[in-house]
Amino acid sequence: MSELETPLLVAEGLTKLYGPRVGCMDVSLEVHEGEVLAVVGESGSGKSTLLSLLSTQLRPTRGAMRYRMRDAAVRDVYELTEAERRFLLRTDWGFVHQDARLGLRMAVSAGGNVGERLMATGWRNYGAIRGEALGWLGRVEIEADRIDDRPEAFSGGMRQRLQIARSMVTRPRLVFMDEPTGGLDVSVQARLLDLLRGLVADYGLAAVVVTHDLAVARLLSHRIMVMRHGRVIETGLTDQVLDDPREPYTQLLVSSVLQG
Amino acid sequence: MTVAKDPMMRVDGVAKTFVMHLSGAVLPILRDVSFEVRAGECAVLDGPSGTGKSSILKMIYGNYRADSGRVLVRDGAEWVDVASASPRRVLRLRKAAIGYVSQFLRAIPRVGALDIVAGAARDYGLAAEAATARAGELLASLNIPERLWHLPPATFSGGEQQRVNIARGFAASHPILLLDEPTASLDLANREAVVAFILARKRAGGALLGIFHDEDVRAQVADRVIDVTRFAP
Repeated sequence: MSELETPLLVAEGLTKLYGPRVGCMDVSLEVHEGEVLAVVGESGSGKSTLLSLLSTQLRPTRGAMRYRMRDAAVRDVYELTEAERRFLLRTDWGFVHQDARLGLRMAVSAGGNVGERLMATGWRNYGAIRGEALGWLGRVEIEADRIDDRPEAFSGGMRQRLQIARSMVTRPRLVFMDEPTGGLDVSVQARLLDLLRGLVADYGLAAVVVTHDLAVARLLSHRIMVMRHGRVIETGLTDQVLDDPREPYTQLLVSSVLQG
Repeated sequence: MTVAKDPMMRVDGVAKTFVMHLSGAVLPILRDVSFEVRAGECAVLDGPSGTGKSSILKMIYGNYRADSGRVLVRDGAEWVDVASASPRRVLRLRKAAIGYVSQFLRAIPRVGALDIVAGAARDYGLAAEAATARAGELLASLNIPERLWHLPPATFSGGEQQRVNIARGFAASHPILLLDEPTASLDLANREAVVAFILARKRAGGALLGIFHDEDVRAQVADRVIDVTRFAP
């Protein structure tokens, strides 16, 4: 198989139990380069637990996950050393949280937030770091004169864009997103989705996007997984699952969307 | 290269039933759908509304699932069964082999009309500059005023949106093109522009399958009519 045919990420039978309660049960998936997978479901469906498992913030009760590293070696992610795992999270992976406070250092300037990821990958030259940070702030439509401001002074939409710049500066191949447009005004959401679509197209980025918003899934993703009670109940091409849903629960979700 | 008259898509024994779990309704709409379409021809699906014409196009595009049967589509030298292909394979087919002009434009927020059309040409492999040039030509042929090109079509009239949609469908040169009432909301000049696109695509060896309610348009483009009522369950 060529490299393009080998998935970037493969998860098999991921299960997380909290005592008798199911967080997420027997989830298997693949993500290829340049592919956006949306995970949809309501609160309590297990989609956030799944994202925590995939991004190694949680360890599964059962199951395995393999990732094709930048050197093409396929590694068992849960078997990485803590140093290897942290390096992966700082370089080849990005994470965009719904609450930007979790993804940013609120007391550090915008430029510092972006530059920090570069320093973690060995960049040392101050001018080069600041230049690269400026470039990424521009790419996410944050004015250059805000580079020394702290994210505390930013609007919700700007904070999300800063999180994206911070994630993207190390050119990750895989980004996890947890309700990236949640809580934002509609016009701000549209701008953010437009930005994310552009990044996926321009950088061949792979992404796993957890959202309860089917419109976000339709706009961003190629494939979709519908979760309920911790299990995947339906999966397929995004437009196929949303336009011709098969499962009763998926039909309920699709029919509950307000027509804009 | 495909040769004129080569079969390009072959629908074989396809059935479709909609099961609406919320209302408990089970609606069989198609059974034993079988036909083929060859390079260089335009076949027309005919029948009253509600007989499943759009559903047939959607099953060929992979937008709807087929309950049984095969939906074979030619991608270069390979035949791919859309009904059983993986999502990634279907996405590759949509990139290289099958185009689809839906009945309505699904507008993408914040993206201008020219970029929407050029994006489709880029997806098919045109370089950025050539894609933009092609998009401009198509929008101009469909009489979309240049002052609208950089605006997102969400605020356009229904007819203007549909013309952007048609331009997007024709921006790529897919060997197979599915058309769901592309001329429904168009005036005479724009209907004629679309007819010209279709005839040009046929001459270039494209295999087209469409739904056309307009008798005049149909008479100009159709090589063959497929009566969908014969697939009624």
